[in-house]
Amino acid sequence: MAEHRWSRRGFIRAAGTAAAASALPLSVVEMAFADPARNFRIAYISDAHIQHIRGTQFVRNWDRGLIRAVAECNLLTPAPDFVVFGGDLAQLGTKEELDHGAEMLSALKYKTYHVMGEHDYYLDLGEYWSELFGPHWHSFDHKGVHFVILNSVLTYDDWTHNRWPSAQQRMLEMAGLDNPNGSPFMVGEKQREWLRKDLAAVDKSTPVVVFSHSPIQKIYKGWNFWTEDADEVQALLKPFRKPTVVYGHVHQIQYNQIGNIAFQAVMATAWPWPYPETYAQAEPDFPPITVPMNRANPFFERDATGWQGIDVEAGRVTLNYRLFNNTDRTIGFDPAKKRPVDRDFPDKDKRIPPQDHF
Amino acid sequence: MRRILTVAMAGVLVAGGLMAWMARADEFTTEDQERWQGEFMSVVKEGRALWTSGELGTNGVACAQCHPNAANTHPETYPKFQQQLGRVVPLRDMINWCLQHPLEGQALALDDPKMIALESYITYERRGVKLAPGKH
Repeated sequence: MAEHRWSRRGFIRAAGTAAAASALPLSVVEMAFADPARNFRIAYISDAHIQHIRGTQFVRNWDRGLIRAVAECNLLTPAPDFVVFGGDLAQLGTKEELDHGAEMLSALKYKTYHVMGEHDYYLDLGEYWSELFGPHWHSFDHKGVHFVILNSVLTYDDWTHNRWPSAQQRMLEMAGLDNPNGSPFMVGEKQREWLRKDLAAVDKSTPVVVFSHSPIQKIYKGWNFWTEDADEVQALLKPFRKPTVVYGHVHQIQYNQIGNIAFQAVMATAWPWPYPETYAQAEPDFPPITVPMNRANPFFERDATGWQGIDVEAGRVTLNYRLFNNTDRTIGFDPAKKRPVDRDFPDKDKRIPPQDHF
Repeated sequence: MRRILTVAMAGVLVAGGLMAWMARADEFTTEDQERWQGEFMSVVKEGRALWTSGELGTNGVACAQCHPNAANTHPETYPKFQQQLGRVVPLRDMINWCLQHPLEGQALALDDPKMIALESYITYERRGVKLAPGKH
């Protein structure tokens, strides 16, 4: 594949002027390759988990992650066409958390689209979130790419409406990742019918990029790295030549290829999660092509967290993982291999000891 | 009087011998094992409750937020050289580090029942994994 597909294209590594100056020539070179009508850049921030303590106090650690991602995102040169926030802005879905998170995100200089996370949803079923950020699901077109935003964190009606004595209890039960009282995520019949109609109007050669919170694939049910009706949603994407799903929720580098659908996960700004196969009592179905992120070192508060710059080239995405305390990673679709490939660690023998998870 | 005393002493000896005979150190029943396992599991359960509680520190953060099912805690690798602390430590020192920093709380005494409960839960979730002391 062409080298320019993987280059950093002027992403600024830090706010320092030296970094900015060294980034500039790269971006100039890149412009020579880029077809501005077809190729563009977006940015992706996700899983901030803003957590209210009391009064005006919020958990400092999670605040810092989002503040830093927003500040770095604003330094992107060239600027992204838009930003996506991938869900779980709040920890327990309260107005305090959503307002505080929205205020921090308001510093972004770019148009921002929002994806619903379960931590935003299960207190008031997304009502206040919707007041701030708009519809739970919708689609839009940008420079020849059809973008779809799903609310993939719905679940069985009985669990949502009849199981819990209060909305707060329902929120707490869904907020515990490993809570056996939780319930599997799903897009649901109503939204799938909307998606079917939405995609019916789109030419099959048009690149489709779906943004969801949960993976739209089945990885590990115990932690809801899972979408119950993933197969049905995948079936709707299957007729397209270039479908991609970008998802949050998992707080880790993951990528996968199922048929013609490419999947890539984004990092959290708040905290990293272990890979499901490291849970000794679980038997997860983990994407075998993923080269893991480094094992987190908790002594570095922002380790294994970050955000993403995304290059969209001819409808395929390359994620530039901007990792606060680690070496950045770049993972993008390789047309020759027909799947996402890691630029720096493509082969098992090139991996480094911190990528060994156990 | 002396005779009464002698008889009494003999009685104590016999009773003591009898008790020693009744509770042989190398013999226990399935019921015993079940009871002991039950005692352990009740402490594991307390540990799980603490693990998912926002009350352990001061900022509402729970251990389970970063460590679902206590994953990525590696109890089988302790004691080990914790590079960030610069010395060999048991798991309990790392539990205390987490209580003090991400949870913005106080360290527990190393024999605090809460500490024992947390360690019991972490280790139980890791059951079946081979010991690997010192491993990074």
